[in-house]
Amino acid sequence: MKKYTYTEKKDTRSGFGAGLLAAGKKNPEVVALCADLVGSLKMQDFINEFPDRFIQMGIAEANMIGVAAGLTIGGKIPFTGTFANFSTGRVYDQIRQSVAYSDKNVKICASHAGLTLGEDGATHQILEDIGLMKMLPGMTVINPCDYNQTKAATEAIAEFHGPVYLRFGRPVVPIFTDPDQKFEIGKAWMVNEGTDVSIFATGHLVWEAILAGEKLAEEGIDVEIINIHTIKPLDEEAVLKSARKTGCVVTCEEHNRYGGLGESIAQLLSTNTPTPMEFVAVNDTFGESGKPEELMKKYGLDSSNIVEAVKKVMKRKK
Amino acid sequence: MTLNNNDLKRMASQVRRDILRMVYECQSGHPGGSLGCTDYFVALYFKIMKHDPSFNMDGKGEDIFFLSNGHISPVFYSVLARSGYFDIAELKTFRKINSRVQGHPTTHEGLPGIRIASGSLGQGMSVAIGAALAKKMNKDHSLVFSLHGDGELQEGQNWEAAMFAPFNKVDNLISAVDVNGQQIDGPTDKVLGLLDLHEKFSAFGWDVMHADGNDMDGIVDAIEEAKSRTGKGKPVMILMKTEMGKGVDFMEGSHKWHGVAPNTQQLEEALSQLEETYGDF
Repeated sequence: MKKYTYTEKKDTRSGFGAGLLAAGKKNPEVVALCADLVGSLKMQDFINEFPDRFIQMGIAEANMIGVAAGLTIGGKIPFTGTFANFSTGRVYDQIRQSVAYSDKNVKICASHAGLTLGEDGATHQILEDIGLMKMLPGMTVINPCDYNQTKAATEAIAEFHGPVYLRFGRPVVPIFTDPDQKFEIGKAWMVNEGTDVSIFATGHLVWEAILAGEKLAEEGIDVEIINIHTIKPLDEEAVLKSARKTGCVVTCEEHNRYGGLGESIAQLLSTNTPTPMEFVAVNDTFGESGKPEELMKKYGLDSSNIVEAVKKVMKRKK
Repeated sequence: MTLNNNDLKRMASQVRRDILRMVYECQSGHPGGSLGCTDYFVALYFKIMKHDPSFNMDGKGEDIFFLSNGHISPVFYSVLARSGYFDIAELKTFRKINSRVQGHPTTHEGLPGIRIASGSLGQGMSVAIGAALAKKMNKDHSLVFSLHGDGELQEGQNWEAAMFAPFNKVDNLISAVDVNGQQIDGPTDKVLGLLDLHEKFSAFGWDVMHADGNDMDGIVDAIEEAKSRTGKGKPVMILMKTEMGKGVDFMEGSHKWHGVAPNTQQLEEALSQLEETYGDF
């Protein structure tokens, strides 16, 4: 097992804030919109640098999505910012018609995704957003795993033409990816090569997968860990290659087991190379208030659940 | 192509023929609101707007228009074709399989002249505001126009947009509401009354005007007046009274023709009331 260490923890939303500022410096067409959550979305540095390229929308997310779609007509590259719940479920039809169907170059940037939003509880903890967004034709869906990757992803989507859903989170998590990485949309990242099982993880669960891999290595299990930061378009080649090599698969995500990464991979594998699978995901339920780590434990999303899933799926291998 | 007011009226007659023939051809679509808004569309595309039918999505340096109540697509398609965005022969394909002329306007099939999909109501004002903001950021002094149905104002997103635009001094936007007082289930007053739209939009901070949307001279003057009110810190709203089904006596003033196509006999009777002026498609 390749050794991953970290010296610092930071929130992925701060990676977004840093990436937005960098993208803004690189391209004068980049503009930012926010629905009354500037602090939460870490947009202040961008606003300080480019006050004329920031639009405060107030608590009006539907209007924000429409205004963003309009800004693209005139060549702007709008980044909208609010919580994941208000970025997707609340404005699904606006995104569907004015952004996705109209093929507008809007970057929907969503913080506080999943259970790790914590104490605010289920009203704010969306676990269905990946599913909602990946179902839209032409939508790119990205869920990076740490500060550095989120920063790189934010810069990369500014250079990519087309609607994007970028999902990140609230809590501080280890920074373990390369600060100078080149983020390639749709290209999976090989975290660790192995032969016994393929673990496909996205977002905060990538670090948990690494912790699980270390534990499993002690027991002589050689795991392959692949970071699927881009859920759509899925890196089908990487997934198939790994699944064919190891013969069993575990998917890990901070999302409902329906509609998420696991479902996309299951569909790919079942039509190409049927493979035993286990899903580390939320089991079709809403969340609740609590500390992020408490919630991840209670809802079965920490490294021990990944260890368990690996052992279970390996028994099903032919 | 810019027309004088007399030719605008002749063009309006032709566009109304197009609407009826399109809807008849596929036995589907929304003739009522299309006929009611014909004079506004003709005034906009053949007199008021500086626009380029060679079509550039970004619309930099030209006036651009957004249709929020996308179901009145027949009138939109007809004026786009007749002002040169695409061949009028393509109007025959309205609502048919493998067509760019979809039931509701869309960019998806690449039809020139369309900049956003509409149909699901209440989204166009936000989009128009965004485009107007982009023009301001680009130091582009051309204007953005948008049209909305009165029934459509029951959608809440309009009021988010209506609150945003004056507060942010989006004063390069001229929106119009087609006040025909009708919607699918009946008169707006019976379905969900809009009460005083002038007071509502004024209270939100718009510069509100009124116009008779079925008087060509009147609507041209009103939009010209609206243009003179731009650049003064407020978005401009034209509350435009129209009659659903205008131009065909048996269709006028009723919600019955909101989304119903005429049969052969009704089409003949309707066309007999509208002179063919620029040649049918």
